[in-house]
Amino acid sequence: MKADVEPRLVSASAAAMARGDVLLSVDNVSLSFGGVRALRDVSFDIRKGEIRAIIGPNGAGKTSMLNVINGFYHPQGGIITFKGKRRHDMRPYLAASQGIARTFQNVALFRGMSTLDNIMTGRTLKMRRGILAQAIYWGASQREEIRHREAVEHIIDFLEIKHIRKTPVGKLPYGLQKRVELGRALATEPELLLLDEPMAGMNLEEKQDMSRFILTVKDTFDTTIALIEHDMGVVMDLSDRIVVLDYGRKIADGTPGEVQGNQAVIDAYLGIPH
Amino acid sequence: MILFGQVLEVLIGGLLSGVLYSLVALGFVLIFKASGVFNFAQGAMVLLAGLALVRSLDFLAAKGIPVWAAVMLGLLFAAVIMAITAWLVERFVLGPLVNQDGLTLFMSTIGATFVLEGASQMIFGSDVYPLRLFPNDAWFLFESVFPGGILVNKLDVWGGLIAGALVAGLAVFFQRTKTGRALRAVADDHAAAQSVGIPISWIWFVVWLAAGLVALVAATVWGTKLGVQFSITFLALKALPVLIIGGFTSVPGAIVGGLIVGAGEKLAEVYLGPHIGGGIEYWFAYVLALAVLLVRPQGLFGERLIERI
Repeated sequence: MKADVEPRLVSASAAAMARGDVLLSVDNVSLSFGGVRALRDVSFDIRKGEIRAIIGPNGAGKTSMLNVINGFYHPQGGIITFKGKRRHDMRPYLAASQGIARTFQNVALFRGMSTLDNIMTGRTLKMRRGILAQAIYWGASQREEIRHREAVEHIIDFLEIKHIRKTPVGKLPYGLQKRVELGRALATEPELLLLDEPMAGMNLEEKQDMSRFILTVKDTFDTTIALIEHDMGVVMDLSDRIVVLDYGRKIADGTPGEVQGNQAVIDAYLGIPH
Repeated sequence: MILFGQVLEVLIGGLLSGVLYSLVALGFVLIFKASGVFNFAQGAMVLLAGLALVRSLDFLAAKGIPVWAAVMLGLLFAAVIMAITAWLVERFVLGPLVNQDGLTLFMSTIGATFVLEGASQMIFGSDVYPLRLFPNDAWFLFESVFPGGILVNKLDVWGGLIAGALVAGLAVFFQRTKTGRALRAVADDHAAAQSVGIPISWIWFVVWLAAGLVALVAATVWGTKLGVQFSITFLALKALPVLIIGGFTSVPGAIVGGLIVGAGEKLAEVYLGPHIGGGIEYWFAYVLALAVLLVRPQGLFGERLIERI
């Protein structure tokens, strides 16, 4: 019973897949909307247990890349392999059930619902009782609710948002909303967590808190993280490896040190004409 | 004392008939909460449910099946019909329109209305069919306190009890269960709901099924009152002021709105009518709704929209 409640420390597939193995690989992925080519032949991989940053100037295709990974967009070309299996016709529902969770660039919370309920929605796939049991509610369905509520309370404690547990999220300040959104993604117990600009619009203190949470998630929840972020200080500190996109193309890939010294990256950020 | 007894009688009668409006409004609220769609077809669904029920009852009675068994089978049959309708609507009307504008979805429900009205009458017939599930006679209360007592229609009391049970059940379902939470999540944000693994098409089916079952309940009560007939679809129009007053997103709001409309129009008819001319009952609810719109556009219990500027 206990193991069911505690956030997963080592999942079954994580045991089979040692730290450092490739969790997700993207090969020659291309995506276009009409005449706009959002991604062109992009290839990179994400290894088990690392923090992988995706950076680049505005419009480089970073968010499109995340949308491809979690199934919102369907690339016209290329191969995506997750946990050693090639994916076909991915949809967000399937991505979620295979262990990919995400947050959004512009916070996408359920605004009318409380913090607690928002994070509880993350447990949807973990809850198995059928609709009839839920309609009856008392008995099996109620016990299940209570068990998952416990798991969610762990997450709420971890993210230090106890005091806003019952507050409708629409009323929270931006920084806290970002934290609730992270909580909802964590509640799904993801193997791969996609964070789209987790620090956007935050002050220094909030950024430090969020960095601390991200590092703890990586270490104690054993979650692999891919993140998009514009604050270069944060990116260099947090990430193990960085992939740099510009105009839909990959222009660099490597450790923070390698990327920092890369001429193409410097040019892209300083606006050298192509 | 006579005057007080009379006011009480009008008030109770009004409140109870208001509960019946609430029954129809509930179906609207369910779908609006879960998909942000104003479902114009709710009235047609009440008609379909009523016809399916009354016609299967007639059929079973002709076969000589005992009444209690016929009622059970008839309700089951009507529920299955509503489930099929929910599936068809999700599959062919709303499913292809995910992520479209609310107005587009609203227009598609108008289309669904005509199809449902036509199809249900084509299949089940278009006469007035009497339905007798509940006692529909008068009841005199407090005869020792008020001369002549207070007249209450038994059917209205049944309607009130059923509506109360329905609301309590729906409130628990929406607030406490996984599917209830998923419904609210889908209403707020399609993409975010998908990202945590909520299957939107299944959720929509569940919502339309729930609205269909509420329509069936409404049909049992209204069918007993008026007979199952085409004019039952106009109930949808009566539900509109109820929703505006109570708030489109609130289950308790639908009940309170119904009570206010029911009591308000009866009291106005009896006590205002002689002074400004009769027939107030037919438009009083809309005036009430207009007043609420001016003061509290989200309705008494509706969620206030918080916009970040």
